[in-house]
Parts: sequence; C-alpha cells; structure tokens
Amino acid sequence: MGRKINRYGEGVTRLKFDWTTIGLYLLLVVFGWVNIYAACYNEATSALFDLSTQQGKQMLWVGAAAVVAFVTLYVEPRFWSNTAYIIYGLALALLVLTLFLAVTVNGGKSWIDLGFFRFQPSEFAKFATALALAKYVGTIDVKINSLKGRLTAIAIILVPAALILLQHDTGSALVFAAFVLPLFREGLTKYVLIFAAVAVTLFVLALVLNKYIVMGIVLAGCLVYLFLWLNRRTRKSYIHTIVFFIISCLFVFSVDFAFQKVLEPHQRERIDVLLGKTQDFKGVGYNVHQSKIAIGSGGIVGKGFLKGTITKADFVPEQETDFIFCTVGEEWGFLGSAALMVIYVWFLMRLVKLAERQRSAFARFYGYSIMSILFIHFFINIGMVLGVVPVIGIPLPFFSYGGSSLMAFTLMLFVFIKQDSYRTQLL
Amino acid sequence: MIDRYSDRAQVIKAILIAVGAIFVIRLAVLQVFNNKYKSLAERQSLRNITIYPARGLVYDRNGELLVYNDVVYDLMVVPRSVKNIDTAYFCRSIGITREEFEAYMQKARNYSPYTASPFMKQITKEDYARWQNLLYKFDGFYVQNRTLRVYPKPIAAHVLGYVGEVDEAEMEQNPRYQMGDYVGKSGIEKTYEELLCGKKGRRVVRVDVHSREIGPYENGAHDTVPVAGEKLYSTIDAELQEYAERLMANKRGCVVALEPSTGEVLALVSAPSYNPNLLVGRTRGENYLTLLRDISKPLYNRALQGQYPPGSIFKVAQAMIALDLGVITPNSGFVCDKSLVGCHNHPSARSVQEAIKMSCNPYFYQVYRRVIQQGKYNNIYKDSQYGLTVWRNYMLKMGFGTALDIDIPNVKSGRIPDTAYYNKWYGAGKWAFSTIYSNSIGQGEVEVVPLQMANLAAIVANRGYYYIPHVVKFYGEDSTKIEKYYERHETGIDPQYFDIAAKGMYDVVHGAGGTGHRADVPGIAVCGKTGTAENYGNDHSVFISFAPMEDPKIALAVYVENAQGGGGTWAAPISGLIIEKYLKGEVQRKDVEKMYEEVNPCQKLPLTKRVKKPKKGRRR
Repeated sequence: MGRKINRYGEGVTRLKFDWTTIGLYLLLVVFGWVNIYAACYNEATSALFDLSTQQGKQMLWVGAAAVVAFVTLYVEPRFWSNTAYIIYGLALALLVLTLFLAVTVNGGKSWIDLGFFRFQPSEFAKFATALALAKYVGTIDVKINSLKGRLTAIAIILVPAALILLQHDTGSALVFAAFVLPLFREGLTKYVLIFAAVAVTLFVLALVLNKYIVMGIVLAGCLVYLFLWLNRRTRKSYIHTIVFFIISCLFVFSVDFAFQKVLEPHQRERIDVLLGKTQDFKGVGYNVHQSKIAIGSGGIVGKGFLKGTITKADFVPEQETDFIFCTVGEEWGFLGSAALMVIYVWFLMRLVKLAERQRSAFARFYGYSIMSILFIHFFINIGMVLGVVPVIGIPLPFFSYGGSSLMAFTLMLFVFIKQDSYRTQLL
Repeated sequence: MIDRYSDRAQVIKAILIAVGAIFVIRLAVLQVFNNKYKSLAERQSLRNITIYPARGLVYDRNGELLVYNDVVYDLMVVPRSVKNIDTAYFCRSIGITREEFEAYMQKARNYSPYTASPFMKQITKEDYARWQNLLYKFDGFYVQNRTLRVYPKPIAAHVLGYVGEVDEAEMEQNPRYQMGDYVGKSGIEKTYEELLCGKKGRRVVRVDVHSREIGPYENGAHDTVPVAGEKLYSTIDAELQEYAERLMANKRGCVVALEPSTGEVLALVSAPSYNPNLLVGRTRGENYLTLLRDISKPLYNRALQGQYPPGSIFKVAQAMIALDLGVITPNSGFVCDKSLVGCHNHPSARSVQEAIKMSCNPYFYQVYRRVIQQGKYNNIYKDSQYGLTVWRNYMLKMGFGTALDIDIPNVKSGRIPDTAYYNKWYGAGKWAFSTIYSNSIGQGEVEVVPLQMANLAAIVANRGYYYIPHVVKFYGEDSTKIEKYYERHETGIDPQYFDIAAKGMYDVVHGAGGTGHRADVPGIAVCGKTGTAENYGNDHSVFISFAPMEDPKIALAVYVENAQGGGGTWAAPISGLIIEKYLKGEVQRKDVEKMYEEVNPCQKLPLTKRVKKPKKGRRR
C-alpha cells in the first residue's frame, strides 16, 4: 500500500471503498436487469443486446451508469460540497426549463426530450437538493432548531418540490418528504415524526370510520395519556392535551374537505381502492389487482425464470418500470421476493452505518439524505405493488427500467461512497 | 463537534426494519397463505382450446365415400376482453347488424364474461379467409376450428341421419359432451355415435391481456391430441340408392333392398326424402324447421316407421304357416267364392302355387281359417285362441310383430295381434276366426313395417332363414364385424314349402294370369308378390320380390302410398327397374324408366288430405 500525494499536497492512504455497499448495489442492478429482461421477454426478441428492446436499452443504461460510477469515484468529495449551491441552482433552473420544454408522458410533464434520450430533471433535483441541504446543515453556525434554520431548510426542500408538483409529478414531489429523516437525525424535533404518524392515522381512520367514533378514539387516547401514562400532571400537560384534542378534531373534520377538494379525482380513487371502499378491478383498481394476482400466483418458490404467465401476457401495466416487482413476485416466488426485501433493507441499513461513521455533518447528512430518498422510493413502490400504499408512480431504485433514475441514483450513491472513502482523511 | 442526537440512528434503523418486516409479512399473506390469486391467474392467463376430432367417415359397399368432413370455423368471444372496438366497423366486416351484435354479445356475456363462448357458429372457409386479416383489430375475438358433415351425393338421408348440437338430456346422460358439441341425432350417426365421435383433444395456451395466444402453456405438457372417429363401412350401394331415390322422387312410399344371403341393406329409401346437406351448417336450424313443418313429412322414415297393412304380400307368409302346420297341402285347392271375401275375376286356384300367382282372396280366407280353427277344441272361441297363438309364433319367427334390430334408430315393430289384443277389444271368449279373418289377406289388425316386408322377400329367397337387416358391415381400421348381424335366424319352416312360394312368386311375374307382370326384367328370373293395401284414400301399392330365382342376389319391398291402381301397377315395375339396375348395372328399358320416374301416382289427391301416417286397413 503505497502512499501518494494528492493535489492539495496531503499524503493519503489508498482509498478504501466500502465494497459491501458496492456489492449490494451491483446485486440490485443485475437482478433488476434480469427481471426487466423477463418482463419484456418473448420468444421473438430474446437477444440480450438488441437495442430495440427494453432489456437491450437498459443494458446500455447499466453501462452508462457504470461510467458515471467510475467517473464519480475519481471526483474529489470537496468538489461536491464546494459546488453544492451551484448544482442546486442549476437543478432549479432545469426544473423551470422543464415546465416549458417538457413532453407529456403519462399525464406528467416532467421529461425533457433530448432526441436520443429522454431525461427527467426531477431525478437530478433530488441529488442537488440533498447536496444543498447537507451543505446548509453542515455549515458551522446553522442551528436546525432555530426558526431561521428551519425556514431555510424547508425552503431548500420545498422550492424544487413545488416546481416538480407543477409538472404534475406528485410521486417525485412526495419523495422530498424523505428529507425529514436526515433532519430528524440532525436534531429536528421528534414531534415532526409523531405528528406525521398521527396525521396519517387520523386521515385513514376519518375516511374509513364515522367521524364521531374517530373523535372518541382520540379522546380515549388523550385520557389514557393523561391519567395512565403521565406520572405527574402539570397544568402545561393538560393544556397540551386539550390543544392536541382540539386540533385533532378539526383535522378529522377537515379530512373530507381535503379529500374532496385538494386531491385529484384519480388520487381519491386510488386511496378508495387501497382502503377497500371501491373494488373496481377493471378500472382504477385494475393495476393493483393484477399486480396482486401476479405476485400471489408466484406461490412459495415462484413459476421460474421467464415462466410468468401474468407478467408475460402484459396483464400488469407498467410492469418493467413501476410494477417491476410483480415479475420478481411471480417468477421468484415468496423466497425470491423476501430475499429482495432483505437485500434492500440490508443495503439501506448499510448506508445508515456508513452515514453514522462520517465525521463531517455534511457527509453524514448527505448519507442520510440519499438513504432516505432510496428508502421512500422503496417504501412507496413496494407498498403500492403489494397494495398497502396508494398507487403513486415512482420507480424502484436500481431495479425499474429507465436511464435517468438509474444514473441519478448511481451518481448519488457513488458520491457518497467516495465521500465515505475519504472519511479518515478529514480533520 | 458534539453529536447530541446519535441515538436517533437507532430510531431510523427501527423504521427500516419495521417496513421490511411489514412487506415480508404482506408477501407471505399474498403468496403463501392464499390460493385465490393462483386460480385467478390461471383463469385469466390460460385458455383451454378444444380440438375437435374429425368424425368418422362413412363408405358405401363399394368403397365410395358417402360422408366426409369439412372444416368450418366458430368465431369465439371472451366478452371481458372486448374493448375499444369499432362496433360499426366490426358489424360491417362480418356482415351482421348492430342489433345482432348486441344480442350475440349479451348471450356470450350471460354464459360467462371471462371465458370464451361462440359468438357466431360455423363460419365458412371463405368468410374466415376474408376476416382473418381483420380479426387482429378486434380484441377478445378468436376463431376455433370445427368440422361439418358433407355428403358428396345428396342421398340416403334416412340411413345416414344427421348430426346436431348436443342437448341437455344428452349432456346429462354422457358427461363426455359439453355445451356446443355435436352428436348424432338420427340414422347411423346416432347408432354409431360412440364409434364416429372420436376423442376430443385439448390445447392449453397462454393468452395475453388482449386474449391473444402467446404460446403453449408449459411447452404443451397439458395438451392432448384428438383421435379421429372410426370409419364405417356401409352396406348401402350408393348407385342403387341414388337410382331408387330417383324412381321414388315424386311419390310417397319407400324402398328397402336387401342382400338375402347376408341381410345387408343395399338401398333404403323413404320418399319424399331430403338432401342431407340441408341439415348441416348454419342454416341447419332453419332447414330443419322447414322440413319438420312440411306436410309430406320428409323427415319421417317410412321404411322403418311406417306401419302399413301389408296387403296381399302377406299371403305368402300365410301359405308357409299353413303348409308347415299341415292344415293344407301344396296341392290343396279352394274355390274362389266371392261371398266369403271379395276378389277379382280369375279361375279358382288348384294349388298353393296358383293361389299365390293369382292372389286369390277366398283361397287364403280358407287357409287362414284352417290355421286359426284347427279343431283342437270343440269350443270355436278357445280353438281360435289356440290357433292365433300358434300363427303368431310363426309370424314372430319371420320377423313380423317385432322390431327388427336394424342399426338405424326408432324402427317400429308393426303389429301381429295376440289373444290379449282381441280379448281387450271384444272380451275373452267373444271372438273367433270370423271376427279376425281380414288378417288372412293382410288387412285387418295386422300391421307391417316395409323393412319386414323386404325381410319376408329375403326369407323366401333364402328358403327359410334371414339375417337381421343392417346398414353397416364393419368398422375401423381392422374391419371389426358387428356380431349380431352375422347370426342366422331360422323360421323353423321346411325349406321345401318356400320353394313352392318361390315358384308361385315366379308365376306372379311370368305366369299367365299373374298379377305382377310389370316387374319382369328380360333375362332375369324375377320372383314377386303384389299387394294392394286398402286404406283411407287410394290403395297403397305394394310389391315384394327377389331375383334371380335361384341364388338370389337381391330381395326388396317397394311400397307406394295412395297409388292409383294396385301393387302390379306401380310397385312392381319400380321393383323391376331396381332389380335390373342392381343385377345388370344399367337399365336398358329407358322408356319404362322414364315413365315411372316422371309420373306421380298420387297427383290427383288433394294435397291437404295427405295422411300423416298410414292408417289401419279397413275392417270388414
């Protein structure tokens, strides 16, 4: 292990990349490609590298992603922290540009057509936002729990999210909620998570149950909290509980309004399908119903590679992109699907571990950011396919067909891997 | 830097593990603890295609093809998969109206929205070829092959029968049949259904969301090959059958021609007949109704189901019984006493042979009296009961009064009355010979099916025995024989008496004063017996015959309903022509042929008064 001198004149030991993470990444990409091949396979076009087929194109994207990864590993981490705001600015500019240049795909206007290749700036914006937010939080004098700190952080997140929302790409905008996790890690009050959890629970309950029953449940919860949970009741705790109860009731009664007026009709339908209020297997419920059939028919060991009958027969729409997991479920069965869950969670846990061992706030925050972005994709995508989350069209990272997302995720990940390999060099 | 929140990493890890665990549990619920999705998947992604086997072919006795199959196509539809089709364009393409489209669709939907059912049945090859290029545009439709019967010659409809869609009762009886299958409904199609139908094959294919086939399921592991039906080798002589049908074309009645030495049916005609090709294909239902409503009853098989008074041909059988009983001798003579029963003018018969030649009614009155009243009992009522029973047993042995087990369904038995029959009518001990004497000349209560008449001719030709008439000789690749048709049935009557009958029948055609001269064929020793069955409306004209006299090759019965004139006028010459055709291969007497082909014997009858079924002979 020879020593070499970098361009700042510092002696560095040979870089140690985290091969576990890289290995898991490769595993996901390869298994993903195998399933795209299976989803698009038919006897007529079984060639591996035919560029007219999707498996052929994806092969090209995998190659391109490898180049991105390789190049990224040669870029000094300091480059990213130094240029974070510039990249963020560029990303915002691109998003604005998209509003004017976009081609319409599936009802959303989030793609820029570059002729040879369609490009989704929102994928890139996630990376840029992660960099900018990490840079901001990592700045020495920023206090995340101060009012100014919070507002700035929220602005950094919301500006690109809003621009993406204007492109009618709700799924991608929702991904920006992922930044709550790194902020939480850096000291954001825990009440944010608790409030979010309570709000989601009340929203679902209010849609499914009678409003007064929900209020009764909330009241019971408050009483249990006050008289059984708390050992010492102060005036403050009474006031807090009463305020919580009032806000909850207002929330419950505004759910209907929000549901009817704020959400788009298709979003309402998707939520209804999820909650079992409608059972339209031929209309809005079709995707999820077919995806459940495909996965459910896989059984314990699956039907075998290239032997899926539902996915092969195009019953599942979007099966090589957002519904790629159906192919895994059908052809690899419970064993294969559960193994993929384990690999994915393992991968995310590894990223948490890596983030935790960073010495700079920037690197740690950045690590948590990309972990959270990957996690929210994983959670929404798999949850949607399994019918536990409403249908929101976002891809499964490294797995779904598509060049933009694969390259953007690869870039994000390898910037962090490079960063991680430098951790011993700093301070 | 102070990291006050490092324990929050544990919270985040907990969230990750919780989500992973929820997903794994959800997967287990969907994939391991639930069979619903497996069956849903099979139902929508696999299609069972039935491959219909070719129905067995039918050949005539000379190897000529009588029935074969043609491929037609059923347009199938899976209602659920029909989406976004241009209905107007679709209707125009296949030539139906919008209303028909809706009706067919509704029918298919009622059957099942998810599985295929016939939208339109039996599309011709030509139509299919025209649509084939269009069909891909219409999701949810596909085409399934079927076979239809084709009859190269439009003959022998009553022998061959027809094939129709299986009905509820048949499906219940035999679980092999499914909705929409075809099954023999009459004729040998019905009798030999088990042999003809073959075995259905199956193909399991994967279909895509547009219900297009995308390939075999598991490389065809679940597929079976159809097995074609067995070939039937019929006894029918197609040329003779065609000729006989030509002769009977504008008449009502029937022809049954047998080969006496084997019981094989050479021709079996029931006129009016119909073209068997009418009861095939999409127009079948319509044509069937037309035929069913036709006042001349073309679907009715007179040769097997018509129970007629036999008329004078019955005298041959009467003579045989009396001779065998010994109540008369071959040289017994009876005066032609018209006070007993009416007769035409002729010298009195001095022997059985002469009596047959001249068809003397009083003679057979006497013969029958001796059979019925044998003098075994002093009480004539008791004596008649005894005589009738003896007589009836003889008749049964000659194939009368019992359904001959021919391989065409619904053959009737005719009637040879027994004592119980008369007891019911008149009361026990209240009838005697004088009550039932009309039977002597083939009138009265006796009824005979034309097949039995032909069989009588065959019995005389064979001098005393017969084989059950049949229309299929053997079947299959290894020519399996049908046992019951190779079993000789004896009448128990001494063959020498049949020689007398044969001589009498020879005289009918050739002798001076014979009643059947018109059956004469130059150079052939034709033996025959005329009959004129009295009836409401004009008499029926009957003739049974066989030829040549020694070593007979053909025995036949010809029955012409309501013909103007007796058996000698119509049935005899037609018999002669058929015999000539069969034995010489070609009829030289073209003038005779032309005459009997063209003339309609019952032209003068008002059409509306046509009887459905031959009525019983008038009782005197």
